[in-house]
Amino acid sequence: MSDKRQADGHSGDNHLADNIAHFARALRKAGLPVGPGSVLDALIAVEAAGIGGKDDFYWTLHSVFVTRHEQTPIFDQAFHIFFRRRGLLEKMIAAMSPIAPSLAADKQKQEAGALRVNEALQPKTEREPPKAQETEISAEFLASSAELLQDKDFAQMTAAEIAQAQRRIARLVMPDDAVATRRFITDPRGPRIDLRATFRRSLRSGGAGIELARRIRRIRHPPIVAICDISGSMDDYTRVFLHFLHVLMAARGRVQVFLFATRLTNVTRQLRARDPDEALARCGSLVQDWAGGTRIADALHEFNRDWSRRALSGGPTVLLFTDGLERAVDHDLAFEMDRLRRSCRRLVWLNPLLRYRGFAARASGIKAMLPYVDEFRPIHNLASVASLCEALEARRDAKADPRRWLEQAA
Amino acid sequence: MTTNSASSPPASIDETLKLLKQGGYVGDRSLATVLFLALKLGRPLFLEGEAGVGKTEIAKVLAATLGRRLIRLQCYEGLDVSSAVYEWNYAGQMMAIRLAEAQGGEGGFDRERIEADIFSQRFLVKRPLLQALEPDTGGVPVLLIDELDRTDEAFEAYLLELLSDFQVTVPELGVIKAPQPPIVIITSNRTREIHDALKRRCLYHWLDYPSVERELAIVRAKAPGIGKRLAGELVSFVQAIRKQDLFKVPGVAETLDWAAALAELDAVALDPTQVSDTLGVLLKYQDDIAKMQGGRVAELIEEAKAAARA
Repeated sequence: MSDKRQADGHSGDNHLADNIAHFARALRKAGLPVGPGSVLDALIAVEAAGIGGKDDFYWTLHSVFVTRHEQTPIFDQAFHIFFRRRGLLEKMIAAMSPIAPSLAADKQKQEAGALRVNEALQPKTEREPPKAQETEISAEFLASSAELLQDKDFAQMTAAEIAQAQRRIARLVMPDDAVATRRFITDPRGPRIDLRATFRRSLRSGGAGIELARRIRRIRHPPIVAICDISGSMDDYTRVFLHFLHVLMAARGRVQVFLFATRLTNVTRQLRARDPDEALARCGSLVQDWAGGTRIADALHEFNRDWSRRALSGGPTVLLFTDGLERAVDHDLAFEMDRLRRSCRRLVWLNPLLRYRGFAARASGIKAMLPYVDEFRPIHNLASVASLCEALEARRDAKADPRRWLEQAA
Repeated sequence: MTTNSASSPPASIDETLKLLKQGGYVGDRSLATVLFLALKLGRPLFLEGEAGVGKTEIAKVLAATLGRRLIRLQCYEGLDVSSAVYEWNYAGQMMAIRLAEAQGGEGGFDRERIEADIFSQRFLVKRPLLQALEPDTGGVPVLLIDELDRTDEAFEAYLLELLSDFQVTVPELGVIKAPQPPIVIITSNRTREIHDALKRRCLYHWLDYPSVERELAIVRAKAPGIGKRLAGELVSFVQAIRKQDLFKVPGVAETLDWAAALAELDAVALDPTQVSDTLGVLLKYQDDIAKMQGGRVAELIEEAKAAARA
């Protein structure tokens, strides 16, 4: 194998290794989780496959560097830019046509990938600073003002108060709801006998007496999926809610977050960053349409079609964060809501419009969506966030029953 | 190439492609490349894709063409060590103890010996993962871990040791290590994301819906009974329906089912009423069927006929 490459004259082993390492670095900058281990793997794989043709080389690297289907367009772009720009492929593969292969990939996806790849390959001299609110915080809150803060609407808070509210959210006791799994753990008061452990225990005394070991079903937190409206009308509440989700994510395992305005974006990975400001900044850079217009039915449709089977496994609780103010309401909205409800364990609608005392379910969008949710809750101040935590842990609450709102409006 | 049932893995990508063809699997070159690499490097192959694109079939074809044993582990929620790896035969062990007691009445109870006795291979019930690690005279087996996304994260973590070192630790016996790593194929329908740590140990491949040509070749290979015209129209129709905005678009498995159904109905060409009546073979959601009923089916059939003629 290496003889053949040496014979080609241009790229010895070192060149190949260097190029693959550089390529891996470019991929990493473009957002693919490529570790140093994969570079070694790629080298071994290329050794094993031999450089036969461009396609073989492409798929060989693809099998090592790509671990998710979404990464394929990014990889594709990077591969072509990287190896075309340097003319490396031509050197590495003697008998290769210089025409880029026509891959039947989605054009839109490619363009989206190209943006990130281009940024990674041609780093800007200076990065745009994140749009964090850098306000000086005067942390001298009196006890009474702290109490006031509890019921103050997020929209009416100053930047300093928002920061204070976010710190309070970080200290909230996150919900400890549980569902039973099909796995068992040992428990002295468990209802079932654990034969395996019983037997091992009985051998301790030489098999003379048998002491029963017991086991019980393990319980775990159900997954949480949050679908958040980030359209203009929600702007004051979105960031605080995302902050809450960030804290929730750190507290328990499976939390997935989607944002939508004109299109749906999965920001779960971005929100995983430890620092909340960094996490929100990362979401911001990923989402192109902050505070834009929205169509809820379209977003839900996109979610149901592309994500529901993947994100809604394991009986999740879905938090739908939107004001439900849809301009043109048709049958689609009810249809998509129905589908969403049928795919999850519990659907909770969080609506900041409930801040108004005289709120009634009169808007046609709200009327269309309400019959399909299990709970309807406010989310406009600290008190409502805290009550959400309690509600997730407790059983259903009559106060949040959506039927109450429908009856009132009727 | 040996003459007995177990043949050696292919030596090049072209040979891999040939091997797949031999087994009646119509695959493209990208699949052959990763498959070849997986065999050559002894790395597990992680196949992801929508339901019914032929992920499981690859393992079956591989086992059949290479003449290896296929060991299948179907994953489900709550899958645990005792049903995936090994289990002790408790009843047998109990009996062995009682027998030892009855026989060795005056000599006393030799605890050491009994323990060594009852925790031996004789009382070990081997489940798929352990079976795959055993040496096999017919060549290393093909281990198919099917629908890994159905199980929970805890089991995934358990697989990490197995897939990187091909060994299993049984506390009572010690470490059992495979003399030669088995050929591992992991499939996932992507109902959730598999952890990167596991994916990193594998070669990744996304299986997409086939192109018109490839799907036609698949229908020809798997349903030889149906006419050329019907095959062409049927494949064009399925390809067209995949472009519709549906909740679940049909996979290759559905295409083949449909081909078989139409063959049973003695169809020679697509006919709107027949298609409407058999749409349940292709589409499995009532909403999707409702969307396609009426004029939509006729339109798509016209499109498909035009495409098939072209």
